[in-house]
Amino acid sequence: MTVSSAVDTKNKPSIWKVFIKNLINLPWTWRITILYLTLMLFMPILAMFLKASTEPPTKFWEIATNELALATYKVTFVTSLFAAAVNGVFGTLIAWVLVRYDFPLKRIIDATVDLPFALPTSVAGLTLATVYSDNGWIGSLLAPLGIRVSFTHLGVGVAMIFISLPFVVRTVQPVLQEMEQEIEEAAWSLGASQWQTFTKVILPPLLPTILTGVALGFSRAVGEYGSTVIIASNTPFQDLIAPVLIFQRLEQYDYSGATVIGVVLLSISLVLLIAINLLQAWARRYDNR
Amino acid sequence: MTTDKPNGSKKQRCVPGVLIGIAVGYLFLVQHIPAINVFYQAFKTGVGPFLDNLTRTDFLHAAWLTLLLAVIAIPLNTVFGLCAAWAITRHKFPGRAIVLSIIDLPFSISPVVVGLMIVLLYGRQGWFGLWLQSHDIQIIFAFPGMVLVTAFVSMPFVAREVIPILEEFGKDQEEAARTLGANDWQIFWRVTLPSIRWGLLYGLILTNARAMGEFGAISVVSGNIASRTQSLPLFVEDAYKQYETEAAFSAAVLLAFLAVITLVLKEILERKTHIKDVE
Repeated sequence: MTVSSAVDTKNKPSIWKVFIKNLINLPWTWRITILYLTLMLFMPILAMFLKASTEPPTKFWEIATNELALATYKVTFVTSLFAAAVNGVFGTLIAWVLVRYDFPLKRIIDATVDLPFALPTSVAGLTLATVYSDNGWIGSLLAPLGIRVSFTHLGVGVAMIFISLPFVVRTVQPVLQEMEQEIEEAAWSLGASQWQTFTKVILPPLLPTILTGVALGFSRAVGEYGSTVIIASNTPFQDLIAPVLIFQRLEQYDYSGATVIGVVLLSISLVLLIAINLLQAWARRYDNR
Repeated sequence: MTTDKPNGSKKQRCVPGVLIGIAVGYLFLVQHIPAINVFYQAFKTGVGPFLDNLTRTDFLHAAWLTLLLAVIAIPLNTVFGLCAAWAITRHKFPGRAIVLSIIDLPFSISPVVVGLMIVLLYGRQGWFGLWLQSHDIQIIFAFPGMVLVTAFVSMPFVAREVIPILEEFGKDQEEAARTLGANDWQIFWRVTLPSIRWGLLYGLILTNARAMGEFGAISVVSGNIASRTQSLPLFVEDAYKQYETEAAFSAAVLLAFLAVITLVLKEILERKTHIKDVE
């Protein structure tokens, strides 16, 4: 460990030397943590923001808000929001069913919810594109109705639904598990219907948690690249999403174009991260701790 | 159980069945059918074509690279994760929540943006571009760049699994060991590691799955050159784009097996430790 940290120190440019001197008083675990975070996380982020800051503000704004860029934001955010919202409903339902009811194969079904975390995104994209293509298992059922999924905007939505589902389920599930059933039973015994119990007793304290899960899923869907690039046709103004636009700009060696969109995307991720933290704090207001 | 409510009418009693049906149906439609499809497509003409594809040189090279990426990224992130977890749980300091958020940051960044950031650092026009070029070191469109992004995207897993366990475990036993004359290494190997081993293993499995499966970031920095900088997930996409669907699914099914093994191990460890976590 000490060897590797010494090597890294040598490789670093001299501007860090003063900084490193200050680190000597810290325990070595802290030194490695800070060094690794600096090399692997802070420096890349800084590089991108500095590169973006070399653009004059007017040019930055022009690249960030040109017609094509705006169209990709719209596709990205509208589709991600749609996918996250759909999963907000079905993910909560799945969490509810897994916590409250017993049925055959429950443990296996519970375990498979994490599939999108474990399955590489390119495999997800490949199989979704095949299943929803015109002669695929599900696509062939939809084709006679005039609905095409693969290589359209809808396909992007399907891929985003696939990858964001576990975020909602895994966020809601533990909170639901801790919820006391006595309150529901009290509501029932006072004559509330199941629907009233759900909307008036269960949902209000659960809502911040559901929103946290939706926000996490949304954040993941916005940045998703692997599965969406394969299932979409990546046609500008139709199903071209922001991450794919960054990729295309890089392929054309348009570094400023890629960086500006990258900064926009990263800033949105950071805002979402803060929003998620606030939502979690809101969800915890019901905790007794 | 809701079904046991004496005041539940007949209509209310069938509610659980309907809800279970919708939930399982949705999971089946969204996740299970696509997952089954991978195995069906790979083996629909028998095991022969699958085995043939496994011996292609570009495939073998991709599989080798994927393995290598995981083998390098896992130890890096394990050392970092353990150090970070130790530093955060064993020292009181202000701004702890911020440090925890920073460690989770790589999960919030789009893989393509990760690739872009690494290109801006080490690419031809990047910070170190000239220096690297004059020393004839290639990072972008080469293996080192792929290692960097793989380590980046799988960075937080070990730390975030180990931190809660270390927190719960407390320092008492470590302090007891120290008063009995143990040094730092002895305390780590004999006291700390045995108590965090399942959480650590859980983190390692997730790190491995992410490292082997990363696509977007690697796709940006690698240049996707067959038999040179193509990892298995890139091979899947490339074969599909070249209309070699069979080869694509042969590689995909291998990665799907990896996913299944990951889920099984995860499940076993969750039963052992009662942890359940969102990525």
